[in-house]
Amino acid sequence: MVSNRGFLAATAAALFISGCATTEPPKAPPIHINEDPYPSTYVRYPGALTVIRHATVFTGDGQQINDGTVIFGNGVIQAIGGPQVPSPAGAVEIDGTGKFVTPGIIDVHSHLGDYPSPGVTGNSDGNEATDPVHPDVWAEHSVWPQDPGFSRALMNGGITTLEILPGSANLFGGRSVVLKNVPARTVQGMKFPGAPYGLKMACGENPKRVYGSHDHMPQTRMGNIALARETWAKAVAYKKKWDDYYAKGGDMPERDLSMDTLKGVLEGKILVQNHCYRADEMANMIDMSKEFGYHVTAFHHAVEAYKIADLLRENDICAVMWADWYGFKMEAYDAIKENIPLVHNAGACAIVHSDDPNYIQRLNQEAAKALADGIRAGIPNLSEAVAWEWLSRNPAKALGILDKTGTLSPGKAADVVMWNGDPFSDYSRPQMVWIDGAEMYDMNDPKKRPVSDFELGQPGEGDVK
Amino acid sequence: MIRRLFAALLVTAAAPIAAQTIAITGGTVALGDGSEPIPNGMVVIRDGKVIAAGNIRMKLPADTQVIDATGKWVTPGIVAGFSRLGLADVDLSAEGADDTTANGPFNASVDASTEINPLDTTIAVNRADGVTRALVAPQAGKSIFGGQGAVIDTGADMDAITAARKFQFVELGQTGADKAGGSRGSAHVFFQNALREASELRRFAAPITSAGAEPPDARDRPIVRNPNESREYGPDARRSQDVLLTRFDAAALVPVLQGRQYLLVHAERASDILQVLALKRQFPALKLVIVGGTEGWTVADQIARAGVPVIASAVNDLPATFEQIAATQSNVGRMRAAGVNVSIGMIDDNDTRSLFMERQYAGNLVALQRIPGATGVSWGEALAMITSKPADAIGMGGVIGSLAPGRRADVVIWSGDPLEGSSAAEQVFIDGVKQPLQTHQTRLMERYRDLQRRNLPEAYRH
Repeated sequence: MVSNRGFLAATAAALFISGCATTEPPKAPPIHINEDPYPSTYVRYPGALTVIRHATVFTGDGQQINDGTVIFGNGVIQAIGGPQVPSPAGAVEIDGTGKFVTPGIIDVHSHLGDYPSPGVTGNSDGNEATDPVHPDVWAEHSVWPQDPGFSRALMNGGITTLEILPGSANLFGGRSVVLKNVPARTVQGMKFPGAPYGLKMACGENPKRVYGSHDHMPQTRMGNIALARETWAKAVAYKKKWDDYYAKGGDMPERDLSMDTLKGVLEGKILVQNHCYRADEMANMIDMSKEFGYHVTAFHHAVEAYKIADLLRENDICAVMWADWYGFKMEAYDAIKENIPLVHNAGACAIVHSDDPNYIQRLNQEAAKALADGIRAGIPNLSEAVAWEWLSRNPAKALGILDKTGTLSPGKAADVVMWNGDPFSDYSRPQMVWIDGAEMYDMNDPKKRPVSDFELGQPGEGDVK
Repeated sequence: MIRRLFAALLVTAAAPIAAQTIAITGGTVALGDGSEPIPNGMVVIRDGKVIAAGNIRMKLPADTQVIDATGKWVTPGIVAGFSRLGLADVDLSAEGADDTTANGPFNASVDASTEINPLDTTIAVNRADGVTRALVAPQAGKSIFGGQGAVIDTGADMDAITAARKFQFVELGQTGADKAGGSRGSAHVFFQNALREASELRRFAAPITSAGAEPPDARDRPIVRNPNESREYGPDARRSQDVLLTRFDAAALVPVLQGRQYLLVHAERASDILQVLALKRQFPALKLVIVGGTEGWTVADQIARAGVPVIASAVNDLPATFEQIAATQSNVGRMRAAGVNVSIGMIDDNDTRSLFMERQYAGNLVALQRIPGATGVSWGEALAMITSKPADAIGMGGVIGSLAPGRRADVVIWSGDPLEGSSAAEQVFIDGVKQPLQTHQTRLMERYRDLQRRNLPEAYRH
């Protein structure tokens, strides 16, 4: 690239010397910045052509198939249907009688790897809390692939894909990364191929508390918004500079890594994942997105989403919620247990998330509580099959990977969990988990349990967890 | 909400427990004593106490109120094994709503019963989910000692305290090390010194009560009515010069030293647990209970031999700290299999507010029975771990935590199996009094379930 640029410069100089009459030298053609300098190196592991029969299947997009058949091979779902679906030759047959088969659960909000176990200062890499505006930092550069939490999420939680976010100390926390829950030596080896980046933003208490306590802007919610707006205004100008450059060439503008991320958002390439609890603040964030021309993909920890479910539907924004977390700070004071089903019922996109290395192991049970609370409240058209949308389809949508995973549709990744009972029961656990068709967990086979480097040679290595 | 709540309070105050018999019939009854559930059972309560429960047939008085629980489940109320319930309405950045920060000059003498706010939304939320009692420990502040814990009920009235100063709480693991200046050794010396100061105080003190003539300073001497209360800080309570504790804190440890008050010790690491067990050699009267106990399964035989109960965190399975490296959800099952008296608590796990999680955790321990290599617990045992077992751990199993005759009538009628998070508490009785189940949350749900614009703003919907 550099030599090419030298060549162009030399050519331009030669043209000028040749006595051409133009007063302006022709501009150098633009050079495109590499937008994927830390590319995924994930390659799926081999898996057998597999047929599961006689299972109850939740497809992930609202359907339930009793006595269902799921066939996968070559890393993707091959066929799905009832008992009449024929088995291909040479397939491994699994009797799913009494079992349930679902798409793998996708947690759109995790800090595994950037706040790993053990949670000691030496491992604490989730918040670059040195300035409230840090779109330049990337969560993937903090993720420790040896966090033992990944294995718990797989074995106990049936988590096949997860988004790792920077923390919420900052208004602009940095870029998130979407991972396949497959152990690897490097984070690149876990990165979900083709998944877009996310930008973690935060409103409310956290940024104003972290910086306000140091007499640094923001100290208030209005400070939060003002600083975010200033930053977006710069980003719009930055994007224009680069758009001009890419259109006309000439001198390359000076790169700013923070602004690169925000430019990606304005271009729709990076999805905004916005930590925001209160209804009034979500409305402010929606207006801010319109002011500067970007779209909020999802509000995370949207404890008050139920108050503005109509607004979320109209703006096509997902609400990422807990079943029953409440009261841990003021902006969580108005949590209600029907939040998830009420948002769903309003026609908006509802998602169950964890933000926690323990709850990520039980997201199915969290969905079960929300579903039951919704049914008790008389919310219509709810069922277990519908509620599974909150665990895989809608999360895949919010991560921009619904074309690749999130439902058991032929051609999509074979990210599949077979549960040893109804996953909406506290008594059920994953029995087998496949990611891209590769068997990553089998509760009956101790050799099919990932053990992180950290746990090798320690008490409890390879134990059931 | 406030108006309704106060209306409920007034009713409770005006009409103390009516001497009416209530019979809950037709439901699946689980006693909370470790036994398996009984289909089509009956629970009879009267005067705030359980009369009988289970597979019983008895003649009922003519005016008995019969509640049909067909298709429902009936159990004792959940007893939160370790909590900070009632100490904080909001945990972070909400001055005045939180009594868990303890940076004052006192430690062991802090008395949780003076901190409880029965009107915290957290108490209502847990009551509405079938949690009827809780062990409440103060948070350790600058010292390894948190202070004296209480047993409370979650009833909708101002009288929350079942037993004040029932136990002392001390940190003797990583947190204790931090409080003591950075090492476990320091924490243990601090602990031993504290008990030395208590014993000295005891030795120098005049008798608490004296028969016959009262000494001249009788007016200074508080009247001690509760055996768990130590007030040995009067003018006669002389001390040596070499002290670290205030007079109040040293006095508060006298009942611990004498075995009149339980000592709940937070320890997670196997070696820390063994150190705690070893305290008995030096202080034989201590009535120890281990809280947390994540690595307990690795030393389960020793815990069982020592006869020390464990109020364990049920589903810790991450090496979240260096004192939890061996964490597994099979910890509880393995300790129980070794003969340890195990119950479930929630130390440092949303312990101010999410005690309703205990029944979900218990259900998860049942689930482990079907995982090869794991050690789960039976359904009946799991329920006992969130009802009678925590009560047993502090010697209150004869009072609360089960449906055995004579226990306080804390009874919950559930929509289904209570160890399923999807089941809900439909009726809750505490001391035989039916409880309101409205909360701040249920009121918000009613207000916002329909977002259609009406003639007046949402604020007028109440």
